[in-house]
Amino acid sequence: MSTATVAHEHHAEHPSGIWRWITTTNHKDIGTLYLVFSLIMFFIGGAFAMLIRAELFEPGMQLMDPLFFNEMTTLHGLIMIFGAIMPAFVGLANWMIPMMVGAPDMALPRMNNWSFWILPFAMLLLLSTMFMPGGGPAGGWTMYPPLMLQTGVAFPFVIFAVHMLGISSVMGAINVIATILNLRAPGMSLMKMPLFVWSWLITAYLLIAVMPVLAGAVTMMLTDKYFGTSFFNAAGGGDPVLYQHVFWFFGHPEVYIMILPAFGIISEIIPTFARKPLFGYSSMVYAISSIAFLSFIVWAHHMFTVGMPLTAQLFFMFTTMLIAVPTGVKVFNWVATMWRGSLSFETPMLFAIAFVILFTIGGFSGVMLALVPADYQYHQTYFVVAHFHYVLVTGAAFAIMGAVYYWLPKWTGHMYNETLAKWHFWLTAISANVLYFPMHFLGLAGMPRRIPDYPVQFTDLNMLASIGGFAFGLAQLLFVFVIFQCVRGGKKAEARAWEGAHGLEWTLPSPPPYHSFTEPPAAQLIWAHPYRDD
Amino acid sequence: MSAQAHASNHYYLPNGTYWPIIGSVGLFTTMVGAATWLEDMGFGKYIFLLGLLIILFMMFGWFGTVIRESEGGIYNTQVDRSFRWGMTWFIFSEVMFFGAFFGALFFARMFVEPWLGGSSNNLFTNLLLWKGYEPGWPSNGPGNVGGSFEAMSATGIAALNTLILLSSGLTVTIAHWGLKQGNRKKLCWFLLFTIILGFSFVILQAHEYIEAYTHQNLTLGSGIYGSTFFMLTGFHGLHVTIGAIMLSVILLRSLKGHFTPNHHFAFEAVSWYWHFVDVVWLGLFIFVYWL
Repeated sequence: MSTATVAHEHHAEHPSGIWRWITTTNHKDIGTLYLVFSLIMFFIGGAFAMLIRAELFEPGMQLMDPLFFNEMTTLHGLIMIFGAIMPAFVGLANWMIPMMVGAPDMALPRMNNWSFWILPFAMLLLLSTMFMPGGGPAGGWTMYPPLMLQTGVAFPFVIFAVHMLGISSVMGAINVIATILNLRAPGMSLMKMPLFVWSWLITAYLLIAVMPVLAGAVTMMLTDKYFGTSFFNAAGGGDPVLYQHVFWFFGHPEVYIMILPAFGIISEIIPTFARKPLFGYSSMVYAISSIAFLSFIVWAHHMFTVGMPLTAQLFFMFTTMLIAVPTGVKVFNWVATMWRGSLSFETPMLFAIAFVILFTIGGFSGVMLALVPADYQYHQTYFVVAHFHYVLVTGAAFAIMGAVYYWLPKWTGHMYNETLAKWHFWLTAISANVLYFPMHFLGLAGMPRRIPDYPVQFTDLNMLASIGGFAFGLAQLLFVFVIFQCVRGGKKAEARAWEGAHGLEWTLPSPPPYHSFTEPPAAQLIWAHPYRDD
Repeated sequence: MSAQAHASNHYYLPNGTYWPIIGSVGLFTTMVGAATWLEDMGFGKYIFLLGLLIILFMMFGWFGTVIRESEGGIYNTQVDRSFRWGMTWFIFSEVMFFGAFFGALFFARMFVEPWLGGSSNNLFTNLLLWKGYEPGWPSNGPGNVGGSFEAMSATGIAALNTLILLSSGLTVTIAHWGLKQGNRKKLCWFLLFTIILGFSFVILQAHEYIEAYTHQNLTLGSGIYGSTFFMLTGFHGLHVTIGAIMLSVILLRSLKGHFTPNHHFAFEAVSWYWHFVDVVWLGLFIFVYWL
C-alpha cells in the first residue's frame, strides 16, 4: 500500500547511538526509556528503603542521624511515586496503547519525547538536594508546612523539581488522551477498547485535573517562604490545614493514578491465562469511571485528625467507603473471569493472582482507615504504612512486574526464562508479605511512622520486617537479570506469545515493526479481542 | 511525492527532533537559576535568564518547525484533531491550576476566618491564641500582617478591565469571522485591536498594582487578602501577557499570509486561550473584587 511506504520513507533517517534515544519520537523507544528510567529509580528509591529498614532493624540509633532518616523516608516516597511507579505506567502506555488501538505511534510524538526527557532533569534536581547544606527535604513526601518550610537551601529545588514532574505528567497525559480519542483503528468504538487502554484514558484525565493543583499547592508554599504571602500562616488569616486540603485534592486522585493502570493490566493478563473473555467488560469500565469520580470527593480522609467539622468527617467517611463498591465489582469480575477457566500459571498470571489477593488486603485495611473513629487510632502509625504498601507494592508494582513479564516476549521477540521468573515471583511475593504484614500489628500496637527509633517492645516485628525488606530488595536483582537475559536472547517468541492472548498487539510480529501499524488494521482483527463474546 | 499525498489519509510521523532536549536543558537551567536566586547563591539571576533564553530559543525553533510543516501541507485532518485535543486539555490543566488558588480563596473566606474567630469547635483558638479577633473580609488575619490596607474595589480599574477583556473577546471573534470569510484586512485589523486591548489590560493592571503598593499599603505581604489578591490576579495577568504575545505572533503570521479559511488551527488555539483568560477574569472580578 502506498500509505505504508509514505510513512516509512518519512522516517528513513534517524541518528544512531545516544542521540537516537535523545531525539527519538518513536513510541517504543520512548516507552523503553520510561521503563528503564523507572527501573533505575526503583533501585534508588529501594536503596533508600533498605537504609530505612537497616536503621529500624533494632531500637536505638545505629546508622544515621534522624535528619538523614527523615530525608530517606521523604525521598523514598517521592522517588517511588514520581520516579518509579508513574513513569513505569507511562512507559507501558507508550509501548502498548498505539499497538492496542491499531495506531502507528502516539498522537503527538515530539511532545512525547519532551514528556520523558523532563523527567531525568527533574529527578536530578530532586536528588541533588541531598548534597546541599542543610540536607534534602525531610518533611515527608506530602511536604506539609510549616515543617517543610524548615528545609534548608534545598527547599526551592524540591519545589521546582515537583513543578517539572508535573509538567512532564500533564504533557504525557494529554498525549495519551489524544492518542486514544483520535488514533483508534476504524471500528474500534470506545466500548471495544482493551481495558488497559480504558484505564489509561481515565488515568490521563485524573493527571490533567490534579497535577496542576499540586503545582498550585507547592507554589503557595514557595511564595509563603520567599515572598511574604500568608496562605499557610494563621497570623495572616491563612491556615496550614489549607495546604493539606489542596495537597490531598491532588493526592487522592494521585493514588488512583497509580492503581487504575494496574487494574487495566490485570484485566489484560487474567483473561489470557484463564483462556476466557473478561467477565463483565462494561461493568469494569463503569467501575473505573466511578472510582475516578469518587477520588475527587474523598481527599480529607487523609487528614481526619487535623480538626474539621463533624459533618465534613462524615461526608468524607461515607464517600470513602463508597469506593469499596466499584472496587469490589472489579475484584469479583477478576475472580469470575478465572472461574471455570482453563488456568495456567505462567509468571504474569502469578503476579496477577497475587495482585488480586494482596491488593484486596490493602483495600480492606483502607476501609478500616476510612472509619473516622478507628482512624483516630490508626492515623500516623505503621498501620497506614502497611496499608499503602499493600496497594502500591503488592498492588501497583506487582501489576507492573506482571505486565513486564506479559509483554517482554512482544517487546524483545524472545521468551524470558520461566523458571527464574517464577523464582523471582515467589521470592518477591513471600518477602513482600514478610516485610509489610507485620507493619499492621506494629501500627495497631501504636508504633508511629516516620521515626528512626522505637521502644523495645516493637523489636521482633521490626526485625522481621527488615529481613523481609532485604530479601525483597535482593529478589529484584533477579528481576533485572531475567529482563537482561531476555533482551539478549532466548527462545523465539511467536506473534501471539501466549496461547490465550487476544487483542491487536498480538497480531503484530514479536518484536513489532518500528512503527506499529503504518496503516489502520482491518476491522475484523478488532473483533477478535477477548473482552466480549458478541 | 506531492503535497496532496501528504495531506491525504496516511499517518503523520515526524522524524527525531532536538527541540525537546533543548527545552529540558532550558527548563532545568531556569529552575536551578530561580532556586539559587531565591536562596541568594551565586549567579542565580543570570542562570535563570539564561534558562529563559534557552526556552525561548526552543520555542522559536519548535514552533517554527511546526509552522513550516503546517504551511507545507504535511498535516492531515487527523493531526489537526490531535492538536485540538492537545490544546483543549492543556487549557483544562490551566483551569485546574487557577482552581487551586480559587480554592485557597474560598477556604480562607468561608472557613479560616470564622474559625479564627472561634466558630464551630474552634472556641479556644480564638480565646487562647487570637483573643478578641473579629473575623471579616477583607482580612490580613489576627496578626494584622503587613499592617492596615485599603482593599480593592470592583468599580474603577477592575470594571474598566472587565470591559476591556470582554471587548477583546468580541474583537478576536470578529477577526475569526474575517479569516473565515477570507477577508484578511478584517482579520488583521481586529487582531490588532485585540492585542491593543490585551496590552491595555496589562498596563492598567500594572498601574493598579503600583497604586496598591504606594497608596493603599496593599502588598503581597498583606495577609491572606494580599496573598490571594496578588497571586490570583498576578497569575492571570501573566496569562494575559502570554496570550497577547501569542496573538501578536498570530498577527505577524496573518500579515505574512499564513492561514486559510479552512486551515487555521493556530489562530483557533490562541483564541481559545484568549477566551479562557477572559473567563478566568470574570471569576476574579466576581470573587476577588466584587463579592
